[in-house]
Amino acid sequence: MTDHPLPAAVETVRRVREDPHRLGHRGHGHGPVEGAGHGMTGPARKRIIVGYGFWIFLLSDIVLFSCFFAAFAVQRGATAGGPGISQLVEMPRVGWETAALLLSSYTCGLSFAATNARNLLWTQIFLLITGLLGLVFVGLELFEFIDLASRGITPQVSGFLSAFFGLVGLHGLHVTLAGLWLLTMMAQLQVKGFRPEVVHRLICFNLFWHALDIVWIGIFTIVYLMGAVA
Amino acid sequence: MSDLEFDPLGTAGRLDHREDHAPGDEPVESAGHWVANANLGLGFSVILTAAAFVLASTHLIYAPAIPVALLVLAIAQMGVHLVFFLHITTGPDNTNNVLALAYGIMVVFLIVIGSIWIMSHLQANMMPMNQLMQMQP
Repeated sequence: MTDHPLPAAVETVRRVREDPHRLGHRGHGHGPVEGAGHGMTGPARKRIIVGYGFWIFLLSDIVLFSCFFAAFAVQRGATAGGPGISQLVEMPRVGWETAALLLSSYTCGLSFAATNARNLLWTQIFLLITGLLGLVFVGLELFEFIDLASRGITPQVSGFLSAFFGLVGLHGLHVTLAGLWLLTMMAQLQVKGFRPEVVHRLICFNLFWHALDIVWIGIFTIVYLMGAVA
Repeated sequence: MSDLEFDPLGTAGRLDHREDHAPGDEPVESAGHWVANANLGLGFSVILTAAAFVLASTHLIYAPAIPVALLVLAIAQMGVHLVFFLHITTGPDNTNNVLALAYGIMVVFLIVIGSIWIMSHLQANMMPMNQLMQMQP
């Protein structure tokens, strides 16, 4: 019935309604964005490349953790006459560790909210709280390891204990190193302020801290809680 | 502005709503948006974590079902963290992030499930230890 094309405005309305996100048509109808990595406009912005590259690193780090999880799952019953998993778990301590790490993840998110508002004082305050909660977590884990060692439960006793200390210790090491990174970021923020490269590093630090909390979800569920009911 | 990084367009610190976004990053939003996201994430996480600890330390549900319930709660909480803390969304600006995540999850499952599968078969087919010791010269 209509041989002639629709008016341009009607055509636009139809297109937006059928495909609001313009999937596969970047630029949302405005042509390629300068510096966005679309078409021939050159590479994407540093902020995107840094964040995405760090995301790839995080995923490879999670693959590393998955190898330790696999070793733990395989060695779980290989106690060689030593203590089993249910004799290692102390529920209150695991609960406090989990609470400290979850709250630190929350304050880390708040620090990034303050970063986006370019508020130096609140960014530093929330980063400091994040670091202190991380310190509480590492301290609790250290006391746990000392306590276990005093009962003669050390990595060389059995394959199961090697896998246990390897997995939990690797996560603790990650949190410790992230704490050092956090102190470095606080110093850089204080000296350099919200320069683009400092903000990029803060984005990466936030990703790292949240990823460590995700790994801890796996550890407290698979190692501790499932160990307690075993 | 420092000259530590190459930034000819002077756009390094800004984000455009029309381009792709890295995880943990979004186009300019008010601080309230980030705080609300963090609050939601903490709320859901506290509920899921508390549920996991309650299930593991009481006899509220059928005991053999507890490990499966714990796994489900853990996966749900990981999803909450990805959405509310890492800001992974289903939007068109996030397709690269989601694809990388999907590949990472695939590798994790291959490693974990594959290891458990292979090692359980090795364990099942292994000669009993006392017979193995008799074969030693």
